[in-house]
Amino acid sequence: MDQTVDTQTAWPDAIYAHFKRAGIRQVGYVPDAGHSRLIKRCIEDPEIIDVVLTTEEEGVGLVAGAYLGGQRAALLMQSSGVGNCINMFSLIQNCGFPCLVLVTMRGEWEEFNPWQVPMGSITEECLRLAGFSTHRIDRPERVDEFVRIAMDRAFTEERAIAVILSQMLIGKKDWR
Amino acid sequence: MLDRRDAVKRLLADRGDLLVVPGLGAPTYDVAAAGDHPLNFYLWGAMGGAAMIGLGLALARPDRRVAVITGDGEMLMGLGSLATIGVKQPSNLSIVVLDNRHYGETGMQASHTDAGIDLIGIAKACRFADARGASTDRDVDETRRLLHEAKGPVFVQMHVQTDDVPRVLPIRDGKQIARRFMAALGTLPAKASP
Repeated sequence: MDQTVDTQTAWPDAIYAHFKRAGIRQVGYVPDAGHSRLIKRCIEDPEIIDVVLTTEEEGVGLVAGAYLGGQRAALLMQSSGVGNCINMFSLIQNCGFPCLVLVTMRGEWEEFNPWQVPMGSITEECLRLAGFSTHRIDRPERVDEFVRIAMDRAFTEERAIAVILSQMLIGKKDWR
Repeated sequence: MLDRRDAVKRLLADRGDLLVVPGLGAPTYDVAAAGDHPLNFYLWGAMGGAAMIGLGLALARPDRRVAVITGDGEMLMGLGSLATIGVKQPSNLSIVVLDNRHYGETGMQASHTDAGIDLIGIAKACRFADARGASTDRDVDETRRLLHEAKGPVFVQMHVQTDDVPRVLPIRDGKQIARRFMAALGTLPAKASP
């Protein structure tokens, strides 16, 4: 039991540590269960401006504006949110902005809600078609290294990078 | 009812170090016609995103004033961003909607504002510190003052004529627009020179 709890808090904390290391100053998100701990840590951090969005698409504009203004930003979203962003991602590709998106997956592993499946099954492909490189993570012990690499690629190579946090990593939603 | 070119020119007179995000279509041409400037982040796409680009910029640079100048159709596509801006309350951000009540780029089809959808009411409901209309030269001058001085977020709906005006096309390469802007603002990373 304790070990489970540790694992479930360790990976969001590892991502948060990389946010701090890379100097992420703005974080856009639509509330999400998989990202709840990371969102909470960002809200609690006075150096990070947390921006709650009505739709993930808004976050793409936020990232662009932040970068123009000299700040690094990150976007947190669920797989369904990727679908909401597609046309707005053209802003990133057209202007060559770095963009780091962390996606929690639904609809792929022990999914109770079949309505999550259509978007979940095309999320990674959509991101790639929209110009993102994707890094999929299935195990908590991989998060630290993968997120470090993804972040360096995004900001030092000025690329669009998506980290796919699999449903196996996040754990299934409790429907009881 | 205002002439859009005159109004934008008046709005951006002696703009100082104002950062300007024009929405795609006519507002981008209007801002270009008022005088090209490296601190214009011209949009040629990303419809519905202008206000959020303005927010990211305003949050990153609280020491500078940011003006989003967009159209009614572009604003309607990003209405949720007014709520998001209302949550963050950026005091240095203004949004000016050049409202001709039509989609000019696609053949002058009526927009929601033509049917009486009230953008000022929406902005007020989204907790904008100042939300008002502008339909005279005097109103434009007052809007100009708000862009530079008011404690925002500010929202101004400018009532402009539907007349078709000649296109004035600024640079359209996104990387060039972004790099030129960042070089002028001093935010371009050292390794990526323009």
